[in-house]
Parts: sequence; C-alpha cells; structure tokens
Amino acid sequence: MTEVSRQELLIHSIAHLLEGCRSVAVGASSPIPGAGALLARHWAASGTPPRRMFLTILGSPRHNAMTGGGVELFDMAAQGRVDAFFLGGGQIDGEANINLVGAGGAYPQTAVRWPGSFGSAYLYFLVPRVILFREEHTRRVMVPRVDFISAPGPRPDGVWRPGGPIGLLTNLCWFSFDKTRRRFTLETVHPGHSLDEVRDHTGFDFDIAPRVPETAAPDAATLAIIRGPIAREIGDAYPRFVAQVFPDAA
Amino acid sequence: MVQDWLLGSADEVAARIPDGAMIAVGVDGVGVAMETTRALIRRGVRGLHLVCAPLSGLQADLLIGAGCVAILETSAISFGEYGTPHRFHDALKRGTIALKDATCPAIYAALEAGRKDIPFIPLRGLIGSDLMVHRPDWQVIDNPFAAPFADSDPIALLPAIRPDYALLHAPYADRDGNVFIGRRRDLALIAQAARHGALVTVEEVRDDLDLMASEETAAGALPALYVEAAAVAQRGAWPLGLGGCYEIDEAHFRRYGEMARTTDGFARYLDEFVHRRREAAE
Repeated sequence: MTEVSRQELLIHSIAHLLEGCRSVAVGASSPIPGAGALLARHWAASGTPPRRMFLTILGSPRHNAMTGGGVELFDMAAQGRVDAFFLGGGQIDGEANINLVGAGGAYPQTAVRWPGSFGSAYLYFLVPRVILFREEHTRRVMVPRVDFISAPGPRPDGVWRPGGPIGLLTNLCWFSFDKTRRRFTLETVHPGHSLDEVRDHTGFDFDIAPRVPETAAPDAATLAIIRGPIAREIGDAYPRFVAQVFPDAA
Repeated sequence: MVQDWLLGSADEVAARIPDGAMIAVGVDGVGVAMETTRALIRRGVRGLHLVCAPLSGLQADLLIGAGCVAILETSAISFGEYGTPHRFHDALKRGTIALKDATCPAIYAALEAGRKDIPFIPLRGLIGSDLMVHRPDWQVIDNPFAAPFADSDPIALLPAIRPDYALLHAPYADRDGNVFIGRRRDLALIAQAARHGALVTVEEVRDDLDLMASEETAAGALPALYVEAAAVAQRGAWPLGLGGCYEIDEAHFRRYGEMARTTDGFARYLDEFVHRRREAAE
C-alpha cells in the first residue's frame, strides 16, 4: 500500500469530527470536506446499529437532501437541522473571526479580493459544529487580526448564537476552539510536522494541550474506502479534484 | 392556444430589459441564461443593477467586463474549480461598479420579502460582521416580541429586493408557457419577486405538453403567470451546464479565464464569442 496522502489524512480527520451527526452540509469549493462527510456517512451506515446521515454537498445533484432551492439550507440551519458545516477563509484570526472578502488596501478596493462571504455571516452563528477548514497554514492566512470580518467568532454580545466553530483543521494540525475563552488550543499535529513548525506559521497566539499527539492516520481498510467509493462519489461534484488526487477513481 | 409570450430569439428577450434595470439571476449552472446575457452585451445595455441569487460567476464576470453593470449585489463571485473572475476584480480596483456585498441567506430573505411585497424582513446572524458596516441599508433592532424582562435580542432588518426582471434558462416550456424548473426553486423565487416577472429562454417549447395537467409535473413548474416572455435558445446556458441536459464546457470556461485576464484579451473574447456569433447567425 502507498503512503497516506495529505488529502487522505484530512478526509479521515474530518470524518472523525463529524461522528454522531444526523445532518451535515458542505459548501462551495470544498472537495475535502465533502469527501470527509461521505466517509462519515459511510461509517454511520455500516455501524451497529446502522444510522442514516443526511448529507447536502452544494453543487452535487446526487448528494442533496433538499428540494426547496438554495434557501432551504439556511432555513434548515435555523431550524437546528444542520449539525455540522465547514467554513474557511482567506484570513482566520485567533478569535476565530474569518475573512472571505479580501485583504490589504481599503475595502472594497482591497489589494486582494476573494469570492465573498457566501453564507458564512449566517451559518457561523447557527450551526452547532462549524469546522474551520483551511489547507494553507501560513502567517498570511493565520493572522493576528483579519482585515475584514465576514463572520465574527463567538463573543459575548447578546446576539442569538446557538452555533459556532469547534476548531480549525489545516495542512499542519488540528486546533480546538474554546468559545468562552475565545482561543484556539493545539490538539494534534499531522505526521511529518512539528509544534515548532505550527508556531512558525501561525500569526495568532494559541494554547497548547498538555499532550499533543500525532493526528491519527486512516488504517488500510479506511484508505481503501476513501480511494474507492468515496473518491468516486465526490467526483459527482468535484471531477477535477478527483482527477488530480484520485486518478484511479476518476 | 395563445402564445403571445413566445418571442423569436434571445436577442428579443434581451431587448425587453432597459438600461438601468434591476435584474436577478441564479447561480452558475442552475438555470443561467447565458445566450440572453450575450444578447444583452450585444445590445450594449448599461447601468444594470445585478442581483445574484445568491451568488454568480461567469455570467456576472461577463456583464461586468462588458461594462453593463453599475451595481452588483452578491454574496460571492466565484468560478469554483475553473479559475479567477478577473473582470470582477478589475472593476473593483478601478471603482467602476458599486458593490453591495451580502451573504447568501440575506439575499434570499430580501427576495422573500420582495415576493411578499413587504418592505423589510428580519434575519438572524449578520451582527458583528463587517458586511453590516458596509451595508447602511441594513439595520439592527431589538426583537419587539422578546419575552418580557428577557435579555435584549438584537436582530438585523433587511430591506426587500424587488428586481424588475428575473433572467433564467430552463430545459423546456410547455405549450402555455409554463416553464419546467424542477427543484431549482430559486428560479421561482426570483421570478416571483420580480415586478415584471421572468424573462426566460428554454431549450425547447413542447407543444404536446401541459405541465399543469398532473400533480407530478406541476410541482416542478414555474407557472406561466410569472413568465413575462420566453424564447427558444438551444444550449442557451452554454458554456455553463444545465442540470439534466448538458454539462459545463470546461475547456471553454478555462479559455475564458485565460482570455479575460486582460482587457484586450477580454475584448477579443467578446468579439469572438459574443458579437461574432450574431454576425454568423445573420
């Protein structure tokens, strides 16, 4: 068997973070979260007793638990019917504010422009298990303070907020997030990387768990599932991703 | 069978849209009227207020690049896996469009208010986002229905969006102008919120079909009541895909991304794929 790839490790980590969810939604441009959700659904269906997991992958006609148009996802979230969702950002800061709009310069003439806030300014408040996911782990992404707040991290402002981030998964590590203390804590570091490396590439302050093990890698059986059925299923929404990462399944 | 709604071409559909109109469009790949979009550019429309429900990609980038858009209201402009919307970025840098940055559920909610013809609608979330800072038309109130003596419950209020027209493309219309949209209910939302209804292109008109005749087909129909006018435009969503009919033309989309990198390249693209197509047809 070949080595576990970076993408496979992330897919496996995400599937673990979704354990116990009844309903998961995955937003635009998110092939790795989509594949992780498919793996979590596979585990739920093959558990004892088997459980259903409703899955909505935006952009996939097949994996879509909705019939009411795009608005239904947001209504479902408000109803408490979306347990987990993924958000990223061009910038993420230590208080879990995220920026999907742009950096540098004066808004709207920012030096760099990203697509826009999508549904973040709403779902971040309402979905109980928001997983922040950003592959690039550098000081230009993990900043002391975001230039534009698309969606604010949890704060004691009296705003209705049953949801929020549980943590941040990157190419280097997994941080949990404490909503009361409003701080990230380093929990695991991915194989081949180190605490120093995480420190060097993170622009915000964070806490470190008493013990920081290596992020668990998928076993052989799980890898076979990721490379077979999961890769084929995610190809429905992300053909280019599958062609690049899982050419055998494309 | 009265077919006064049926026009001869996408160019005739586009001719209905005056300069300065507010038009609502859907997400790339979900019933986007690209042939009508090209027809709008050919006709040289100016000053559009483009409402993306709730985001856009190629359609918005083309209209912006061609100088058709004055105001852009959207939650994102993204090409997804297919590259960068350079014309959008360039217009922002040069300050040639006014941007109303939003979040998806805010656009949906404002359109929902539009189709009820109520002036505003409350929405959760938003508060603490810098979107609020740059959207002076969005307000925050204390929930007037909160339980007595409960903590204050701030909530955002958004003004309704009532576009002049919704622009969409669908697989087919029946003989009476009912349009099949399936579960793409966003298209019904923008059509109903629009003051003058939807301007539609379809792959075909099925004269043997009445979508309203059975419960199963009626559920996936946009009733003709909301359709101001329609025309046949085969492959009218190209180079985007149309669910159930054809896939996105990836090679063309990438080619667009490369050509639209510069204003000169974009002009060549317009010349080759927007203006010249009409000459070929004439």
